[in-house]
Amino acid sequence: MENILLLAHTEADGSLGKAALEALTTALSLGGALTVGLVGATTDAAAGQIASCGAARFLAVTGDAFGEPRYATDGAAAEALCRAVDCQIVIAAGTSRWARALPGVAYRLGGRVDTHATNLALAGGAPAVTRWFYRQRMEAVLSRTQRPWVVLLDPGCVAPWSGAAGTATVEAVSAAPPATRTTVTGYRAPKADEQTIRPDAKMLLVAGAGWTKKQGDGAVHAAEAEQLILGFLRKAQASLGSSKSLVDQSGEGEAVLSCLTHMNQIGQTGSTPRHAKGLSTCCHGEEPHVVGWRFVNQRRAINLDAGCGWARGKADVLYVADAFEVMRHVNAMLESVV
Amino acid sequence: MSTPFQIVVCGSFVPDPLQTLEPVTGPAGPSLKNEMMLPAVLDPWAGHALFEAANLARNIPGSKVWLVSLGAKAKLQQVMMTVAQKAPFELVALDGPASGFGDSFETAAALAAAIEGIAGLDRAKLLLFGGWESASRGAGSTMQMVAERLGITEQFQGVDQIAIRDDGSFEVLERVEGGRHQVSVCAAPPALLGWATGNLPEPRNNPQVGMANMRTVMPALQRAKAAAVNNSGLAFASVTLPKQQRQTRIVKDVAAAEIAREIVAWMGEE
Repeated sequence: MENILLLAHTEADGSLGKAALEALTTALSLGGALTVGLVGATTDAAAGQIASCGAARFLAVTGDAFGEPRYATDGAAAEALCRAVDCQIVIAAGTSRWARALPGVAYRLGGRVDTHATNLALAGGAPAVTRWFYRQRMEAVLSRTQRPWVVLLDPGCVAPWSGAAGTATVEAVSAAPPATRTTVTGYRAPKADEQTIRPDAKMLLVAGAGWTKKQGDGAVHAAEAEQLILGFLRKAQASLGSSKSLVDQSGEGEAVLSCLTHMNQIGQTGSTPRHAKGLSTCCHGEEPHVVGWRFVNQRRAINLDAGCGWARGKADVLYVADAFEVMRHVNAMLESVV
Repeated sequence: MSTPFQIVVCGSFVPDPLQTLEPVTGPAGPSLKNEMMLPAVLDPWAGHALFEAANLARNIPGSKVWLVSLGAKAKLQQVMMTVAQKAPFELVALDGPASGFGDSFETAAALAAAIEGIAGLDRAKLLLFGGWESASRGAGSTMQMVAERLGITEQFQGVDQIAIRDDGSFEVLERVEGGRHQVSVCAAPPALLGWATGNLPEPRNNPQVGMANMRTVMPALQRAKAAAVNNSGLAFASVTLPKQQRQTRIVKDVAAAEIAREIVAWMGEE
């Protein structure tokens, strides 16, 4: 097996995140000599966190300039680490930070890059990447002859590495922070009580356009729909996904749910979140939505149409019922449980 | 008031999302069954990039938008009939594969060469736009490599908003983990912005814009250079459709309270 470099950046608290530990699991599974390359304002805690993982070497690019996620500095750090070692396979977690920076690094190194890998394993003695094409509508296994081969692994595909913390000997790699015109000024997040996207939630609630359509009494009940949805999210600590048709309505002058933005959009042009369970409500039968379901293990749907193509064959259980009515009861029951 | 931008948007077409896709493998590698027959649309994320570019150009007088598009010429022409009505731009066409199985490295090389060939493009005013990934390859790597080839090292991905300041700097909102946005300020172009969905709705068709665009679209298509994407060094061991079929249990004619009880019990299961 070829030599492997695992690139990992630290989180704000100096530790390694779950996605980095998952990438470590994959890197170790390949069996080659492993070097860990760390990037961050400080990296000692991160190195200590995985000291017992069995890596042959720990390298680090450290400094305040490398603490912030930014293309120029992240690219320079990753490039320096790659050039400091003789590794043919470079593995990293598909975090927003690495996804931004590593494709450009692969170009600088004369290598190639594959992103959104869901698996990296040996096939016939050579590494092969499994990834999806056409928005999770077909799955391919591919390999490359060019090296270095940079592979970004999608989070949530393997168990994160766990082991004893310790003390690792970290070799410092020099990388001068490049001149950059970009300053990271902070983050914008929804208020805590309005949070609707929880990547680590066990449950994904999918809201379809039906929530804003006329109900049995001939009227639209968008306000109540929003109340029911947000109530469920709070009680179940669930994450919220939506169809494109629903989030697009704000631009089309139709009734809208103010809790939804394009950030909630899943499916063909949205995200494909990974959750243990998914409950879809008021969605209808279109293939583009189905891709949003791809990585949800247990799926149930509430829909008035028993023949709904979105649910049949894709959900484990289809409840043919009024989602308003069912969710009122669900919320009441969750309230009493809490 | 900010100085004008020169905005180059990279984007091609993808099969209409409502189409059922089936992979086939030939001597040249995988492709889609009846690929040339499938109805196509502008890639959704590239579309957002184009609409944001048009909005920026409209608000900053003197700015200009180019659309650099790699795809089979006949198909490009078909897609441009619709896209051209959405926003004013000048098309730079490349005649080559728009397949999702094409290598992002070689695609980036073709796009960068086309951008370098744009007459009069002022790199100091350049904002390079594209989707943060495509709905075909979904590589999320092509635009970074285009920018690297053009020497652009101010790069942003998963962009939902750009706000231009009076001094010519701009604030960018990028999607990061946990449903948050990272906020950055870039002092000046050139820069790459790989767009997520942005905040703008798709513009309505404007026949006047379409007629103006088509005066340059047809000549651009006629002089489109061939661009090869050979996938050198890339081998596909398999391309398969996922097994989608589940045995769906249909529950109907059951009281809502009973359904709710079952759902709550299911939520509590490990």
